[in-house]
Amino acid sequence: MSKLAQYTEAVCFHCGDTCGSDKIAASGKQFCCNGCKTVYEILNQNGLCEYYQFNTHPGLQQKETVREGKFDFLDTPEVVGQLVQFSNEKETHVSFYLPQIHCSSCLWLLENIHQVNSAIISSRVNFMTKEVFIVFATGKTSLKKVVQNLTQIGYEPHLSLDRLGTKNSTKIDRKRWYKIGVAGFCFSNIMMLSFPGYLLSGSKMEASLNIYFQSIIFILSLPVLFYSASEFFLSAYKALKRGYLNIDAPVALALVITFGRSCYEIFSNTGSGYLDSMSGIVFFMLIGRWLQDRTYNLINFDRDFRSFFPIAVHVSKDGSTFPVEVNLVKEKDCILIHNNEIIPVDGMLSKGEAHVDYSFVNGENNPVHVKKGEIIYAGGKQLGGIIELVVVKTVSQSYLTSLWNKDVFQSGKTNAKQLNKKTLVDKVGKYFTYLVLAIAGIAALYWYRLGNEQNMWNAITTVLIVACPCALLLSENFTYSNFLRILGYNKFYVKNKTTLENLIGIDTIVLDKTGTLTHSNESIVKYAGKAFTYQEEKCIASLLSQSMHTISNPIMQFLAIPDIEVIEHYKETDGEGIEGWVQEKHLKIGSAKFVGADPQVETGTAVYVKIDGLVYGKFVISNHYRKGMFALLASLHKKYQLALVSGDNNAELTRLQKVFPAGSEILFEQKPVDKLSYVASLQKQGNKVLMIGDGLNDAGALKQSTVGLAVTDKNNIFTPSSDAIIDGSKLSGFHHLLQFIGSSRTIIFTTFIISAIYNIIGLYYAVQGSLSPLIAAILMPCSTITIVSITYGLSIVYAKKYKVKYKLAEQN
Amino acid sequence: MQVVIILLSVSILIAAGFLIAFLWSVKNGQMDDFYSPAQRILFEEKKKTNL
Repeated sequence: MSKLAQYTEAVCFHCGDTCGSDKIAASGKQFCCNGCKTVYEILNQNGLCEYYQFNTHPGLQQKETVREGKFDFLDTPEVVGQLVQFSNEKETHVSFYLPQIHCSSCLWLLENIHQVNSAIISSRVNFMTKEVFIVFATGKTSLKKVVQNLTQIGYEPHLSLDRLGTKNSTKIDRKRWYKIGVAGFCFSNIMMLSFPGYLLSGSKMEASLNIYFQSIIFILSLPVLFYSASEFFLSAYKALKRGYLNIDAPVALALVITFGRSCYEIFSNTGSGYLDSMSGIVFFMLIGRWLQDRTYNLINFDRDFRSFFPIAVHVSKDGSTFPVEVNLVKEKDCILIHNNEIIPVDGMLSKGEAHVDYSFVNGENNPVHVKKGEIIYAGGKQLGGIIELVVVKTVSQSYLTSLWNKDVFQSGKTNAKQLNKKTLVDKVGKYFTYLVLAIAGIAALYWYRLGNEQNMWNAITTVLIVACPCALLLSENFTYSNFLRILGYNKFYVKNKTTLENLIGIDTIVLDKTGTLTHSNESIVKYAGKAFTYQEEKCIASLLSQSMHTISNPIMQFLAIPDIEVIEHYKETDGEGIEGWVQEKHLKIGSAKFVGADPQVETGTAVYVKIDGLVYGKFVISNHYRKGMFALLASLHKKYQLALVSGDNNAELTRLQKVFPAGSEILFEQKPVDKLSYVASLQKQGNKVLMIGDGLNDAGALKQSTVGLAVTDKNNIFTPSSDAIIDGSKLSGFHHLLQFIGSSRTIIFTTFIISAIYNIIGLYYAVQGSLSPLIAAILMPCSTITIVSITYGLSIVYAKKYKVKYKLAEQN
Repeated sequence: MQVVIILLSVSILIAAGFLIAFLWSVKNGQMDDFYSPAQRILFEEKKKTNL
């Protein structure tokens, strides 16, 4: 790092975030928070500082501290039994999902974790699945200890309800590799054996040698057709059963005909057949499919609420508390919920002060104050102290679960997305099949009328062989896989090619506000009015510290008072404000009405302060919009209809009205179901809707929409179920990405035309009944190579045109 | 020319050996993760660093 950079902007040594006013200096380095500093100290103590040498600021921000005793449930044998893969008296095997893994430093640190805990025998990271496989000595350390070690160094394992029971690490499908291997082996050997046949016509070769060559070719072609190509037959059969033709149908037909015709030629000793072309086609098509599927099958797009729920809760019984697996919690059990924990069941509050943040469920930002005896619903998050609940409904019966199991959430998805099952290439493929069959028929009729039966059969079979739509398939596979890869460089992760095609057809964009247009946790505070003395500021901070309202926190941070005073006669009026006595001063903080000031139109939420009967001024808290958001909206408006649905109150309405183009709908106080039905109503009018949201409260709308895009701010992607995921920092360039995606269609059409030209050349020979295996063997690889190079070339051209990053940035 | 038959048989057998090696490597998980092995080779063993 240059000296200049150090002076202009202090960034955290660990995570690279800008340090605010509350930066912490230790051993000559600066940290943004205590969490980051602690991680650094632990690494330093254990001689693991090489971590910081592979990448600058490799860490992730550690502002949220982990409660002591959070992992106590990992001592219960039932939970351990569900997580551990293998255990004997010597060693225990376990694997954890660590969504934080993102760079080579992570890899190095996690594989050297034995320096932190010597009882860990080995650890191995799978970067693709973001999992770490750990072997530790049984008895010398425990599962809980290992999890604590990981948490200490900043990698808290993701332990949630949906991972329970799935002991084994994520299964990676290796079948396609086997298929490609077999096809490649057979293809190359068949090609080699066919080659002498092209140079010497049959008469020049010794008969015994010829028989030997042909029989080996035949034997080698069998695994290609029956093993490697099996997926084409299966997919064609499935589509036919459902009553439509997909692109695999003509491929399967071509394969069968090629094989049949070749067998006939080989066994009747009339020719050498087209088995080299056939196995080549299978090999290239498998590679195309692999490229396409490889990209993101490991990012989890389909999460439900269970991935947000804890594995275990503390149950208190007869004066003692012990952790119990969430699924085993029964009705009337007494459970303890700590600060910042998600409540997994519906329960009645029996002890403590509950301020429940339901933003997960309904998007409302302000926590709800719950009184004793009232019901708290699952999915809420407790803010504040420990509360005790009596379970009314278990996890499987809770309100949230039933909401999730509602028809709209389940069938909505299948209905909306099933319609788009047929991709562009399937539609083209259908006409293609009819066209090819027609050409074959006409050619056959022509030769039949001339009485040349030999040529008739030649024409039928070779037309079907040469017109195999493999070029179409390849162009689609290669274009989309390349686009998915390039979009990935821009931190825009698209689930599959269907989503990509759906994105092209979008005409309406619906946005969520909190967490999407704005940063989720940041707000801007401004003060207007009479200046406070330090003592007064201290009093305000002290009073605010008593309140759990979301607005208190940003003001507290704004004032930045380290210590607070004692409050007397504290009183909170719901939805109005707070008041109390501090240092013999009477303070009232709240809405204009609450303090008796004149209400004004605000761009944000205004909080007034009244000290000893005198209104001093107001704090205006407004959302912190992401950089470039307004420019993005303006450029999106040129092509798309925009709308905003937010779970928040309408405090920001005036500001948003200025930003959103006239005619866009802006809706506030929308519950998750409202959002969903709004998207559904747009779809009923025939619109193709792109929903952009971030929280669980958008999950329904994301599912309902044609394309659901989730925005995430953290490296560890905890997004609701969606079709695509974008990094918050890249959202400002989203219109470029959309333009770029649009160009994929042009590229595919270009390659379609090129493959059509190759097909026409082939057909020219085929209809005459004179397509030799040699011509087939030359045309096939030529068309493949042309298509692949054009696809890659054009996507770079378009990426440059739309200013999209098409190379992975150089690592530091 | 009969020697060609022997040569071909041998060459296919050798190629089959490579195919088996490939299938074995896939089964062993060598195709599961392309990133970590490439990085891992650059790490030095047992080096204690303090900053």
